[in-house]
Amino acid sequence: MTEHKAEMIVPEGWGFVETVDRRDFLKLTSSGLLVMFSLTPPKGALRPVWNPAGIQRPSPDFNAFVHVGADGRVTMMVGKIEMGQGVMTSLPQLAAEELGVSLENVDVVLGDTELCPFDMGTFGSLSVRTLGPVLRAAAAEARAVLVQMASEKLGIPVAELFVENGVVRAKADRLKHVPYGDLTAGKRIERRLEGKAALAAVANFKIVGTSPQRRDAIDKVTGRAKYAGDVIPPGALHARLVRPPAHGVALLTVDTKAAEAVPGVRVVREGELIAVLHEHRDEADKALKLVNATYSPAPSVLDGETIFAHLEKVAPEGRAVAQAGSIDDGEKFATQTVTQKYLKGYVAHAPMETHSAVAAVAPDGKVTVWASTQTPFPLQTQVARALKISTDKVRIITPFVGGGFGGKSASQQAIEAARLAVAAGAPVRVVWDRTEEFFFDTFDPAAVITIRAGLDASKRIVSWNYEVIGAGERGSQQFYDVANHRTVVRGGWNANQNEMHPFGIGPWRAPGANANTFAREVHIDILAQKAGMDPVAFRELNLAKNPRMLRVLRAAADKFGWQGKLAPSKRGFGVALGDDAGTYVASIAHVAVDAATGAVQVLRVVCAQDMGVVVNPVGAMQQLEGCITMGLGYTLAEEVRFKNGVVLDKNFPTYHIPRFSWVPKIEGVLLDSPDLPAQGGGEPAIVTMGAAVANAVFDAVGARVVQLPLTAARVKAAMV
Amino acid sequence: MRSISITVNGVPHSLTVADDRRLLWVLRDDLGLTGTKFGCGVSSCGACTVIVDGKAVRSCVTSIKAVEGKKITTIEGLANGSHLAPAQQGFVDHLGFQCGYCTPGMIMGGHALLLQNPKPTRDEIAKGMEGHLCRCGAHVRIIDAIEQASHAPASGGAK
Repeated sequence: MTEHKAEMIVPEGWGFVETVDRRDFLKLTSSGLLVMFSLTPPKGALRPVWNPAGIQRPSPDFNAFVHVGADGRVTMMVGKIEMGQGVMTSLPQLAAEELGVSLENVDVVLGDTELCPFDMGTFGSLSVRTLGPVLRAAAAEARAVLVQMASEKLGIPVAELFVENGVVRAKADRLKHVPYGDLTAGKRIERRLEGKAALAAVANFKIVGTSPQRRDAIDKVTGRAKYAGDVIPPGALHARLVRPPAHGVALLTVDTKAAEAVPGVRVVREGELIAVLHEHRDEADKALKLVNATYSPAPSVLDGETIFAHLEKVAPEGRAVAQAGSIDDGEKFATQTVTQKYLKGYVAHAPMETHSAVAAVAPDGKVTVWASTQTPFPLQTQVARALKISTDKVRIITPFVGGGFGGKSASQQAIEAARLAVAAGAPVRVVWDRTEEFFFDTFDPAAVITIRAGLDASKRIVSWNYEVIGAGERGSQQFYDVANHRTVVRGGWNANQNEMHPFGIGPWRAPGANANTFAREVHIDILAQKAGMDPVAFRELNLAKNPRMLRVLRAAADKFGWQGKLAPSKRGFGVALGDDAGTYVASIAHVAVDAATGAVQVLRVVCAQDMGVVVNPVGAMQQLEGCITMGLGYTLAEEVRFKNGVVLDKNFPTYHIPRFSWVPKIEGVLLDSPDLPAQGGGEPAIVTMGAAVANAVFDAVGARVVQLPLTAARVKAAMV
Repeated sequence: MRSISITVNGVPHSLTVADDRRLLWVLRDDLGLTGTKFGCGVSSCGACTVIVDGKAVRSCVTSIKAVEGKKITTIEGLANGSHLAPAQQGFVDHLGFQCGYCTPGMIMGGHALLLQNPKPTRDEIAKGMEGHLCRCGAHVRIIDAIEQASHAPASGGAK
């Protein structure tokens, strides 16, 4: 065992606050005011359904700690992680606002299981939407306690006091004042609250609604920002694992002698894990190539062509997630019906940072894992189970995460690092190479969606019969004025039921909603064409009872300069609507299609979003732009190729993600909605990309492509 | 193994290493310069980009032998003390990043592009950066950042 002091495992230049060491934390919270707020979301509210560790809800789902120190500094601790979405900046904005302190006075600790309260994970655009109110409530409670203390100290009633930059002052006489720090100095006050977050109106926000410089900016442009793979405890060894060539195969023989003969190399076997260890990554890579392993044949005979029939055959029974009226009755009013099947392949997350983790075991047996993960608390449980130790013996620290998009909800690499660190008696670094990343990724599942819809003589949709296989429920429910509808979901991204998929699947940015929105909005476009109406006017006609969606559609159409014409107008304009994570979104795309090859270039995208109160407008716009740009990938090119359990795409040369030359002019419109609390922003805009572009392709060249991605070959084939 | 001399961010290093060690891992594992990132290992993403004698190089496929005696600049060496290089400042001002993982390579690539072509058009920037991948979708802002840097007076950083 490498000798190893507790403070050695905290690297220098640590990203978030200086108080990450447990002892510093205890010192920090040994005085001052600590407010712990927990919220169990009300029944019916959207709840996270991804639960990799199968945790039996050990505590309420949404928790925040807010501490006001003797120096008046505020430290907030939440279990979320920063993967680029900007919560490191937006969440402190909420706390600063409620406490009446400047943003610079708020430190933040994220994703550390020892310092932060329980959190299920960072996904579903929930951080601001659902944790935001909890954090605000904790901060508001802290402020109420402090103002009460100030009232006692100054002898002035609470109602006659106000807070300004962390100082409580008398309204009648500004000079009668006391700073927060003077109130908390030498005291230890703890408040533990559970319940509903009841909060004041948002009319007077000063910090929320602004766009301060991102807190991670300087660290990220200077190379100082630490990711899990950058944490190098003394004596740490890289581990490169022996991996199978295909899913579903069993190891038959393995010969590691040649690798073991390399100076500096150790080979460690821990259960089914076989790893080559070396201080230097490239030398571990070389030694791994010397390992000879043989495997049983792969059981799967599926590939990217046969998968869809397989899904239809083995998918579990459907469950109706929405229905009203009767499809049969609706179809009686229909003058025409349109039935169409839509397909979508598997899509990889492909974050630029591969799954990475470093694990170190202290002399007392305590295991610390620095992991690129979206789910530090579920991971803590998983590591403890794998090591057969109690969870309090495991600490997960989440440094900056180099992109997640749902793919780091699963954190196999961290469990591997922990097991190997225990087995090797040395800190172990597991940084997947790109081929491992593609192989073990939990893909966005392939999907088959069938829609049958009826139109009446007045061009209104009178029936809507929808079945989705594979993608799941999110985004499956239509929001048009349809009296007779039924939406059936068979299987989903959150579980590989009936072995539908020959490899892992899981949440991918707005899971399920990309496939569902594509199918619905292309189908609406086909109906518009059958109705002889332009696609915006047809949607307006069928959205009379949905003013919020109408407003978003009109905002996008205005910004775009939409002029109604029947498609295909040869202009290359396409529209799509979506609702996701509480946010309503409308996108209009302008595309050019190369008639000779079918290649699509997206020239311009206008995206309007009603996301409630906008906490950080620039941050929200960054997320919107990111959604549009990332959405180009699943729309135009991304489709994981596989055959007989082998993932054929092993690296970027064959799996194409969006590049600079693909990127259109992006114009975002964030609607002002002060009466609606902050909704999700990290995902909604991506859901509309597939259909907006597909509909624009139809408008350009009359090619109705009903399978994602819209590869040049598919567009060419659909051109008549 | 033999002694190989390189200069990194102005600091000379004499390393006892095998000729075929990869520059990326020498920087990260031997010298502790973790700002340079691993992304693909086959020079197809740009996360590992550093500057060697004024030119952008993909360090994941560059042997240490190939850079013997040369001057290497990494993201850690681009700023002049607390004074950011124009490319870095551009990324801060235009928020040319989200998760930040591709950012060091993007900045080194953009910086090298400006060394070759000090006044590029936006199209030239996009073409020059085509081999750099970003999954968060910060592309438009990255072009903005490099464009701003092209207007700044050259200061500090790698030559």
